[in-house]
Amino acid sequence: MTPASAGAERRVVLSIRDAALQRGDRELWAGLDLDVHAGELIAVLGPSGSGKTTLLRAILGLEPLSRGEITVEGAPVEGHGSRRIGYIPQARPLPRDTSLRGRDLVTLGVDGHRFGLPIPRRGDRARVDALIDAVGAREFADRPVGQLSGGEQQRLRAGQALADDPPLLLCDEPLTSLDLANQQAVIGLIDRHRREKDAAVVLVTHDINPLLGKVDRILYIANGRFTLGTPQEVLRSDVLTALYGAHVFVLRAGDRLVVVGAPDAEASHHHHEGEGVA
Amino acid sequence: MNWGDIADAMFGGLPYYGEILALVSNSVWAGAVLGLVGGLVGVFVMQRDMAFAVHGISELSFAGAAAALLIGWDVVTGSIVGSLIAAAIIGVLGAKARDRNSIIGVLMPFGLGLGILFLSLYDGRSANRFSLLTGQIVSVQTGQLGWLIGIGAVVLLGVLLIWRPLRFDSLDPQSAAARGVPTTAVSLAFMLLLGLIVAVAVHIIGALLVMALLVTPAAAAMRIASGPLSVPLLSALFGFVSAVGGILLAIMGTLPVSPYITTISFAIYVVCRVIGARRDRVTRAAA
Repeated sequence: MTPASAGAERRVVLSIRDAALQRGDRELWAGLDLDVHAGELIAVLGPSGSGKTTLLRAILGLEPLSRGEITVEGAPVEGHGSRRIGYIPQARPLPRDTSLRGRDLVTLGVDGHRFGLPIPRRGDRARVDALIDAVGAREFADRPVGQLSGGEQQRLRAGQALADDPPLLLCDEPLTSLDLANQQAVIGLIDRHRREKDAAVVLVTHDINPLLGKVDRILYIANGRFTLGTPQEVLRSDVLTALYGAHVFVLRAGDRLVVVGAPDAEASHHHHEGEGVA
Repeated sequence: MNWGDIADAMFGGLPYYGEILALVSNSVWAGAVLGLVGGLVGVFVMQRDMAFAVHGISELSFAGAAAALLIGWDVVTGSIVGSLIAAAIIGVLGAKARDRNSIIGVLMPFGLGLGILFLSLYDGRSANRFSLLTGQIVSVQTGQLGWLIGIGAVVLLGVLLIWRPLRFDSLDPQSAAARGVPTTAVSLAFMLLLGLIVAVAVHIIGALLVMALLVTPAAAAMRIASGPLSVPLLSALFGFVSAVGGILLAIMGTLPVSPYITTISFAIYVVCRVIGARRDRVTRAAA
């Protein structure tokens, strides 16, 4: 299934072959084949519990596949995280009294993996400053993270994830609980990294609307099965009805899409529809 | 007891202060090392939300020391063995916070009970009995003091060597794992270092009061600072002032060292809390 927009000759950054994943004795999904090319942005959609986050964890090597293989830039994932991959986790607000300034969150991305006496290397500080500027966090970088808003924390997390200019960026619901302006800002950061560094991006989300116009392909997971294609190919009533095995409608409201009737995911889509209007 | 007796207990030794100080100078050194290293380790104890684990380890350390006393072993070795066993159990079985708390809740009374049993069976000098629970650094022998100082230095070096991955794992475990930090190994290493420093603390301020040097200084520092250098440095300073100050005050009289240490460390915490609250109010008013 070659995408129309991303050229077929582009370098493959992430390659997943015949992957299956089990949780206990329940199979979350099986038979996943996916190539993500340099400069491509893929959104992963699906109801909660369909294994979207688990997919990202499997790509990071933190969750073993029950079958199949994942390679990043030609090398198999090693089974314990990687600095070749940038990871922006779900926005979990840090506790108010966390003893950490904004800049420290970014610094952890630069030197948090290093063992040995904690002596800064030449260039570390400049790198941290550059990352802070890149994510537009200069203004609040020196304040305690507990006092920052969700959007500000998420920008700093993006800065941390970009520390090693990763060729592959994984984002797990990076927009949850952010207001519209911050959603746009975080998407802008991710989009700029992919264009400037020709990086591949896999982004898990439950609301595709903020990403329409940026996303190249959509991987829709439901019922342990997949549909992969451009937004026009996937976000259609007949395609999703076949995938869910239940009547699902994709409605257009202006330039927004609303999925109605999807089991499990219904509530969250309604919720975001409301947010979009407000 | 009247005021005169109390004053005598507190300040009776003042005329001979110089001589007493010379006698206990090794204890002061041990207190200084414990204060500094305990303060540094305490920062991670707070960040990893492990204050309860410190208490659990110290009770098993006490049981180990009591067992050693009973069978005629070296008491410091006994406390270290007890500490390390507890730290390993908590580290391996208690990766998740909720599991950890229930395991500690189960281990702690068991360890304390064992320790009390061993002490009741022990018919040696009775002063040793309570010193394990409430501490009496000035009664620890010089050879053992050397060991305590050495162990403190090992813990300091160990913590410095894993400082950055440990910090990453303590503050943001998910991202640390994603970026390839061996989080399980780092957590276990920290538990063992924590076990060692707790064993040292048991001999200096006693199993029941270990938290005054392993939790309170870091909690105080976090009230007034948030930088990656300022918090550990302040915490180490607070631990040092509490431990050394407590010993220096205690040897003026005949009272035990521990209440001085716990009171100083508590006072520092209260002051930091007040400063922090005042600053919060100002920030909120400005916002």
